[in-house]
Amino acid sequence: MGPLEITGTARLILGLATGIAFGFILQKGQALKFHKIIDALRLRDFTIWKLMFTAIGVGMIGIYGLHEVGLAKLQIKPTILSANILGGLIFGAGFALLGFCPGTCVGAVGEGRLDGLYSGMVGLLIGAGLYSEVYPYLLPGFLKIGALGKITLPQLLGIGVWPVVILVAHVLGAAIWFLNRIDRGLQKKEQVSQLAHSPAKA
Amino acid sequence: MINWLRQREWPWWQAGILLGLLNVLSFYVSNYYLSTSTTFSRAAGMILSLFAPGHVAANAYYQAHKPVVDWQFMLVIGIFIGAFLAAKLSKSFQVSLVPDLFAARFGQGTARRWGIGLLGGVLLGFGARMADGCTSGHTLSGAAQLALSGWVATAGFFVGGIAVALLIYGRRSY
Repeated sequence: MGPLEITGTARLILGLATGIAFGFILQKGQALKFHKIIDALRLRDFTIWKLMFTAIGVGMIGIYGLHEVGLAKLQIKPTILSANILGGLIFGAGFALLGFCPGTCVGAVGEGRLDGLYSGMVGLLIGAGLYSEVYPYLLPGFLKIGALGKITLPQLLGIGVWPVVILVAHVLGAAIWFLNRIDRGLQKKEQVSQLAHSPAKA
Repeated sequence: MINWLRQREWPWWQAGILLGLLNVLSFYVSNYYLSTSTTFSRAAGMILSLFAPGHVAANAYYQAHKPVVDWQFMLVIGIFIGAFLAAKLSKSFQVSLVPDLFAARFGQGTARRWGIGLLGGVLLGFGARMADGCTSGHTLSGAAQLALSGWVATAGFFVGGIAVALLIYGRRSY
């Protein structure tokens, strides 16, 4: 029991295959388009939000399902509130300035969006490299602030895993339903304003 | 099947379900999860090693995240190939230098796109490494595992992203 143990070159090929599927789905889901990402961030188009919430919900149920029957190991990243929050906000600013996140930036280049390469990937390398240089200085102080270890929401709430999974699934479902309604309203508004701006035929 | 693969786009729910299932599959097959940003640290370390191998060897971050090609590094290469294939199959592959929305706000110049995008990329890379993950590792995978770190970082990504996007572009039509 447990996840498969594939090592060596086969593991690298597995990574490549997973990435090909990842990039393929992102492209078909329109998640590599600059305007889709920026419009998601400026709350004008919730396609990417809905896609993301769906992926989180399906992932959550599947991962915990596999975990329950012993076919998957959870891989929880430790919580360091200071770094998660400050790093998250810095990431967010970069997200809006570039219009891509790291994964979609690489995918965007595959779709022909060369700005993902000449500004995005170059910037990502510099930014990640800079952090390696700063890291030794953050290690003794900053990275100890709010360090809570590998903690999950069920542990934090002190209740079982499945009640939380069911709760979060419902919250995600409700959010998707709500955002879908907003999207329909926004599309209608857009059509009306396009009609209003088009030259009158009468 | 082939017609489905040739479609220009899939509805958000199809792409969302497939992305979720791909992540679940990765936990079983690869004992790992969809994630990308550590690869940029490893790649930066590889490039820096060409000029200052001693410096890289002595750095605590590169000791913890060795500049080698691993599963995730191959995944990132795969993202490029997969996106290229998907775009080619639907004949939507198109070379562009400046996104239309960006041009509507800042003009057609590639220099401005380069400068603003580069700044964005640097913040993205730095922020992702500080937060210990990006929208793949923390949002798709961390939040799905109900990790506190995943939800906190994701809140940071989108609070920061929404604030700066509204500041730059507002909510108006372009």
